[in-house]
Amino acid sequence: MSGTYLGMPSFPRAAAEATRDSTLRGNLRHATHTIRDKRARAVAELADWPRLRSAAAAIKDRTLRHLDHYLVQVEAAVTAAGGTVHWAADAAEANRIVTALVRATGETEVLKVKSMTTQEIELNEALGRAGITACETDLAELIVQLGEDRPSHILVPAIHRNRAEIRDIFRARMADWGRPAPDGLTDRPAELAEAARLHLREKFLRAKVAISGANFMVAETGTLVVVESEGNGRMCLTLPETLISVVGIEKVVPTWRDLGVFLQLLPRSATAERMNPYTSMWTGTGMGAGTGTGTGPGTGAGTGAGARTRAGDGDGPRIFHLVLLDNGRTDTLADTVGRQALRCIRCSACLNVCPVYERAGGHAYGSPYPGPIGAILTPQLRGTDSELDASLPFASSLCGACYEVCPVAIDIPEVLVHLRERVAEGGAVTRGGRKAVIRPARGHAAERAAMRAARWTLDHPAALRTAQRVACRTRRLHPRRLPGPGRAWTDTRALPEVPAKSFRDWWARTRGQGRPG
Amino acid sequence: MSDRETVLGRVRRALADVPREERPEDVPVAGERLRGYGERTPAAAAGLLARNLADYRALVHRVSAAGLPALVAGLLAARGARTLLVPEGLPERWPAAAVAAGVRLCPDDPRATPAELDAVDSVLTGCAVAVAETGTVVLDGGPGQGRRRITLVPDHHICVVRVPGQVVDSVPQALERLDPTRPLTWISGPSATSDIELDRVEGVHGPRTLEVVLLEG
Repeated sequence: MSGTYLGMPSFPRAAAEATRDSTLRGNLRHATHTIRDKRARAVAELADWPRLRSAAAAIKDRTLRHLDHYLVQVEAAVTAAGGTVHWAADAAEANRIVTALVRATGETEVLKVKSMTTQEIELNEALGRAGITACETDLAELIVQLGEDRPSHILVPAIHRNRAEIRDIFRARMADWGRPAPDGLTDRPAELAEAARLHLREKFLRAKVAISGANFMVAETGTLVVVESEGNGRMCLTLPETLISVVGIEKVVPTWRDLGVFLQLLPRSATAERMNPYTSMWTGTGMGAGTGTGTGPGTGAGTGAGARTRAGDGDGPRIFHLVLLDNGRTDTLADTVGRQALRCIRCSACLNVCPVYERAGGHAYGSPYPGPIGAILTPQLRGTDSELDASLPFASSLCGACYEVCPVAIDIPEVLVHLRERVAEGGAVTRGGRKAVIRPARGHAAERAAMRAARWTLDHPAALRTAQRVACRTRRLHPRRLPGPGRAWTDTRALPEVPAKSFRDWWARTRGQGRPG
Repeated sequence: MSDRETVLGRVRRALADVPREERPEDVPVAGERLRGYGERTPAAAAGLLARNLADYRALVHRVSAAGLPALVAGLLAARGARTLLVPEGLPERWPAAAVAAGVRLCPDDPRATPAELDAVDSVLTGCAVAVAETGTVVLDGGPGQGRRRITLVPDHHICVVRVPGQVVDSVPQALERLDPTRPLTWISGPSATSDIELDRVEGVHGPRTLEVVLLEG
C-alpha cells in the first residue's frame, strides 16, 4: 500500500496540488467548520477552561522535566500489575519487538485500534513484511486502509473522503479483506457504518492479538487509557488473549488525579463532546506479580458484595505488553523551545482552526501528524534533512489561532519561528541522542542572502535612504512577480506596492526642518 | 546497552537545563482545580445526568425500586429480547419480572466465547458511579457489573444507576471514587461514529441501544 511518507514532495508542492482539488477542499471546509463551531460551545460549558488549560500545561511540563522519573515509575507499576514493559529507541526497534511478540503467539492476523504512534513507525508495513496482516478497526482507518490511502486528520483520518467515495471504496475493496460489502450499499452514513460493523465483527469475535496505542499512561498506578467512540477500541482491548500497546514516552501523566484534567480537556477539544462515548482504562493484566499466574477463577471472584472481577478470571487479555517508544522524542525534549510540542494530547483542535490546513489538507504534511502540530512535531521527531521536513515550519501563516485553541497551551507559532531559524541558519541540535550541528538547509540560500542584505542596508542609513528613493522613483517599472528564486514566493502572493514617496521623505517634508534624515 | 538504558540516558541528557536539585513537585501546577462546575442538589445532579445522557441519545428512564422489575421486563419485551446476560452480584429482583415473562437468564461466564455473547439479546448491569456534567456511567467490574465484554458485545445494554448515591457532579469527583487497579469502562451514550462527513451515526461496534435507568429512593 502507499502508506509510506518517504520521498514525498515538500509542503508547498504537495499543498499546491491539494488546493486544486475542489472536492477535497469542499470536504475539508465542511468538516473543519462544523467541528469548530461545536467545540466552542462545548468549551463554554466549563467556566474555568483557562485555568484547566494552564493546569494541563503545567502538569505536562512537570512530567517532561522529570520524564526519567515518571517512566521508571510507570514501568514498575505496569510490571507489578502483571504486564511486560519493553523500550524502543527507534521505529526499527519497536517494529522488531512487536513483530517478535506477534510471532510468538503464532497468529498471522492482528487487529489494531487506531494509533498514530504505530502510523509513525509504519508498523503495519513492518508486520506485512513478516507475513502478518494488521487490520485497522476504527471506521475512518478502515476507509483509509481499504482505499490504500493515508490518514489526513488526527481525529477523523478519512476527513478528506465524502460519503460517495466511501461507498465506492467499500464496494470495491471489502471483499479483499473479509466479509464483502452488502449488496446495494448506498452512501447513507448509517448504512456505511452498518457495513463496517458487519465486516469487522467477524474479525473481533475470533481475534487473538490486538495492537493499540494509548492516550495516557498514569505513572503512579500504571493505568493505560484509551478514548474512543465506536467500541472498536473496547473490542480490541478486551476480547483478544494478547494485547500489545505501543505508546510514546511523552504520554505519561504523573497521578490518577491529574488524569481528571486531561479527561475534561480532550473530548471537548477533539470531538466537541462533553465526554466521548467510550473510555477504557486498564492496569497491566489486573494480575499483580504476587498473585501467581493462575488464570482460573478464585483470585477474588467471590460472591456477593465483595466480588471483584479481575483480568485473571477472564476480564480482558491474559497477556499485556507495553512498548515505550522514543523515536525522536528525546531529541525533541533536548530542545528547550521545541520541547513543549511533547505536551500535545492529539486532540486536533489546531487542525480545525488552521487556514493553511483547511486549504492544503492533511496529506501535504507528509506525516501522520498533519496541521500546525505536525508542522512543529514532525521536523523535530524526524529532523529537517529532507526537503519535505525542512519545508514544514514554513507551512503556516503564523496567525496564532492554533495557540489560542490548544488545550495544553503549546505556543505553536513560537516553535515554528524557532524551527524556521534552524532551517535557514542551521545550528546545534540533538539527533538520535547525539549533539550535532546542522548546516543551513539547501534551497534557503536566497532567503539568507536577502536577510543578510537587509541587515547590511538597515545598518547603513545612507544606503537605506538611497535604496528607498531608487525604489520610489522606479515604482512603475517594478514587475508584478519576482524573477529567479523569488518566483515561488510570488506564486501565491502579490508583491507590495511601493509608495510614491518613502516615509522618511514624507516626514522630512511635512514635519522636518527641511532636511531629510 | 539496552534500549531501556539508551532511552533513559537520552532523557537525562536532554534535560541538562533542569537543575539537579529540582524535584517533580517543585514544578508548580496551577492553583486548586475545580472539582466540579457549580453546587447542585442531588435532584439537580440527577436531572443534569438524565439530560446529558439523552443528549447523547441514550434512552433514560426514572423509576422507583418497586417499579424496576416491571420496567426491565417491559424494555426487554419491547425489543422482543428472549435472552438476558446478567453479571454476578446483580440483585435477583431486577430481572425477576422478565424471567417470569419467559426471558432466559445467561450468567456472565469467563468461559463464554465472544460468539456466544454475540448471540445474547440484551444485558442488564448496575454501575460504579455516574457523572452528571458529562452524562457518563462508569463500570468497574464490581458486583452487578461483570466483565467488560458483556456490556460490549450484546446490542442492547440496560444500566441501572442508583440515585442519588451513585451520582457525582464531575469527572474529578468520579476519579476520587474509582479504584485504578480495576478495569474501568466509561460509557457516555451508545456506540457512535462521526467519521463520515462528521455526521453522527449511533451504533458501530458497541451496543446500538443504551438504556439508563435512574433508580430513585
